[in-house]
Amino acid sequence: MNVDWPWPWLPRNVDKIAEATGEHLFLALLPVLVGLLVSIPLGWAASRWPVVRLILVPLAGVLYTIPSLALITLVPLLIGTKIIDPLNVQVPLAIYTIALLVRSVTDALLAVPGEVTAAATAVGFRPTKRFLSVELPLAVPVIVAGVRVAAVSAMSLTAVGALIGIGGLGGLITEGFRRNNAVEMVVAIALILVIALLIDALLLVVGKLITPWTRARQGAAK
Amino acid sequence: MDAGQAGGGEVNSTLNWLFDAAHWSGPTGIPARILEHLGYTALTVLVAAVIAIPLGAIIGHTGRGTFLVAGLSNGLRALPELGLLTLLVLLTYVGLLPVVISLVILALPPILAGTYAGIRNVDRAVVDAARGMGMRESAILTRVELPNALPLILGGLRSATLQVIATATIAAYVALGGLGRFVIDGNNAGAGSPNGYPQMAAGAIVIAVLALVVEGVLEIVQRLAVSPGLRNAATRQRAARIWRRPTTDLVSKST
Amino acid sequence: MKRVIAGVATALAATLALSACGDSDPLAEDKPAGDSGESITVGSANFPESQLLAEIYAQALEAKGVTVERQLDLGSREKYMDGLKDGSIDLIPEYTGVLLQFFNKSAPEVSAEDVYAALPKALPENLTVLEKAEAEDKDAVVVTKETADKWDLKSIEDLVPHCGEVVFGGPPEIQERADGIPGIKETYNCTFKSFSALEPGAITTKALLDNTVQAADIFTTDAAIEANDLVVLEDPKNNFAAQNVVPLISKDKATDTVKETLNAVSAKLDTKTLLDLNARLNAPDKPEYADVAKEWLGEIGI
Repeated sequence: MNVDWPWPWLPRNVDKIAEATGEHLFLALLPVLVGLLVSIPLGWAASRWPVVRLILVPLAGVLYTIPSLALITLVPLLIGTKIIDPLNVQVPLAIYTIALLVRSVTDALLAVPGEVTAAATAVGFRPTKRFLSVELPLAVPVIVAGVRVAAVSAMSLTAVGALIGIGGLGGLITEGFRRNNAVEMVVAIALILVIALLIDALLLVVGKLITPWTRARQGAAK
Repeated sequence: MDAGQAGGGEVNSTLNWLFDAAHWSGPTGIPARILEHLGYTALTVLVAAVIAIPLGAIIGHTGRGTFLVAGLSNGLRALPELGLLTLLVLLTYVGLLPVVISLVILALPPILAGTYAGIRNVDRAVVDAARGMGMRESAILTRVELPNALPLILGGLRSATLQVIATATIAAYVALGGLGRFVIDGNNAGAGSPNGYPQMAAGAIVIAVLALVVEGVLEIVQRLAVSPGLRNAATRQRAARIWRRPTTDLVSKST
Repeated sequence: MKRVIAGVATALAATLALSACGDSDPLAEDKPAGDSGESITVGSANFPESQLLAEIYAQALEAKGVTVERQLDLGSREKYMDGLKDGSIDLIPEYTGVLLQFFNKSAPEVSAEDVYAALPKALPENLTVLEKAEAEDKDAVVVTKETADKWDLKSIEDLVPHCGEVVFGGPPEIQERADGIPGIKETYNCTFKSFSALEPGAITTKALLDNTVQAADIFTTDAAIEANDLVVLEDPKNNFAAQNVVPLISKDKATDTVKETLNAVSAKLDTKTLLDLNARLNAPDKPEYADVAKEWLGEIGI
C-alpha cells in the first residue's frame, strides 16, 4: 500500500493546523504554569519540614512514573469530568509538572548556603521577604531548568490525549495515520518539535535574563 | 458518566478486575503482558546502549561533538513518541521493528548523556597519570575512564529503562502487546463495561508497580556494581555541575 | 527580585497569550447563533466515514439555521455512548445492526426492517433514532485477493478450515461485541489463531496487505477494498446484521427542524453514494471531511 504524501494538503489546511496548534498550547502550557505556581509553596514546605519532604518526594516519584495514557483516562473517574474534557489532559500534565518541580524547588532551596540566609536575617529581612528576595531568586536557575523540562515534555505528552479524542496536534497525527496522509502526520510532529524547542530556548533566555548574577559569577570565574 | 460514579464503586471493580484469576493466565493475561513489556524494554535498552555508550564515550573522551549530546537530548525530548511510532509504522509495517526503532530513539539521550557526563567526570589527574604511564588513548578510555564513569552510565541506563517502560505502553496502539494493551482495550471498551475502566485502571496500576519495582531493582544493581570509591555524593555533584543541573535527575517525561 | 518578578510576569503573559491563540474552550466552535435558535452537539466515531457523516449532518443542520457544535473523533461506540449519556454530545451517525446489539446483546433480528423496528424498544429512555438511510455499511471479514485465491474463499464458511492459521485484525472492541469475534466463533465455529487490535482505516488495510494479519474486519464501504482489490467474504449465516445508517439523537434535541433536515439527508443516502464519498475521501489529495460533505450536500440541494 502506498503512503500518500499530499503536499498541497498543507497550504489548504492552514487554519485547521493553526487551530490545532492553539488548542495544543492551551492543553500543554497552562498546566505547566499552574504546576509551577503550586510547586513553589510545596517545595518550600518540603525544604522547611523533613516530614513533608519524606512524603512528597516519594509521592512525586510514584506519580511521575504513571504513564500518561493511564492517568489521562483515569481523571474522569477521579474528578468526575466528562469523557471529552481538556482537563483530562491538563490535570495529569499539572501533576507531572508538580512531581517534577517539587523536587527541583526543594533541592534548590536546600542548596542555598546557610551563610546567605543568615546574612539576610542579620541585615533585617523578615522570613517572607527573605524567601522572596533571597532564597527564591537563588533557586531560580534550577527551577527554570525544571520548567524547561516540564514544558517540553508537556508538549509531546499532550499528543497522547489524541488517543481518546482530546485534540491538539495529536489529533492531526491520528487523523493522518488513519487516512494514510503522511504530510499531515509530519506537519503535526514537526510543529510539536519546533514549538517545544522554541519554548525551551525562550525559557533559557528568560532564565538567564532574570538571573544576571549567575552570568557575572561565571564571567568572574574565568 | 457522572461524579457519582467516582470513588468506592470504581475502586472495587478495578480491584476485582485486577485480582480476577482469569486475568492472570493465558497469552492475554497480566503475566504474559508483563513479559512482553519487559521484553520490548530489554531489547530497546540493549540496542540503545550498544549505540549510545560507545558514542558517548568517544564524544566524552575526545571532547568533539558535544553539541550532539546536548542537541540530541533536547531535541528528542521534544519529539512526540506517538507521532514517531505511528509514522514509522505507516511507512514500514505493523510489527515489532518500527516500534523498537522508535523506542530506541527515545532511549538514546539518557544513555548518551549519562555516558558523556560519566567520562567527563573522571578526575583529570587520573587520566593524566595514565597518559603519563604511556597508555594508549583507547586503553585510557576502556581501562580508566569507562570504569570510573560507571555510576553515571548506570544512571543513564536506569533513566532510559524507566522511560522505555512508560513509553512502551503506546505500542499497544499499533497492535502490539505489552501492558499498554489493557489501557488501550479498556479505553475502547468504555466506562460502562466491566472491561472498561476497571481494565484500564488495573493496567495502569500494574504499569506503575512494574516501573517502581524495576526502579528499585536497578537502584540496588547500581549500588552493587559501583566500586566503593565512587559511591558518594561528591561524584554525583560534580557530574551534575557539568550540566548545571540539580542532583535530582531531571528525567523528562515522554509518556 | 524585581527582575525575577518581571521575568516571571513576562513568561506568564507569554504563556497566556499563546494559549489564548487557541480558544479558551478549544473544543467549542464559535458559531453565530442560528436563526432557529436551536443548538446541538454532533459527535463521531474514530473512523473516516463516521466523521464524514457527522459533517454531513452538521452542515445540513447549519443550513437550516441550527447552531452546531462538533465533537469529532471520539473513539469507539463504547466510548461515545458515554458522551451521549452525559450530554457531551446529542447526535451521532449510527448503524442500525450494531446499535441494536449494543443495547440488546442477544437481538435475533438481521433484516434491515426488523432491526430498525426493534430499535425503539432497545434504546435507553432518552435516546431515539430518526429515519434510516438506505445506505448500509457492515463489518465484514475481508482478505486479500491472494489469500482468497490461495484458499479458494468466497464466504466466511470457506475460511473455517483455515481459521486456526489466521491472525485476525480489527478494532479492539470487536473482541467483546456480540457480532464480533464471539459472534464469528459461535455462528461459524471459527476460532482465529490470534487477534491484532488495529484502528480502522489505513493501518488495518496496511496490516492486511503486509500479511501481518491474514484477515481483517473492514467496513464494506471502505474505499480501500476496491483500491486494493480486497475480497469481502460473504456472510451467509448473517452474523453481521443489517447496518443502515441512521441518526442517533437525544430525544429532547429531536425538534421538528432537526428531524426534517436529517430525514431529508437520509432519504438521499444510499450505499453507492457512501462508496463514492469514501472513495473521494481516500483520494491521494486527502480532501477535508467538511469539503466532501459540502460538495455532496450541494449536489443534492441542501
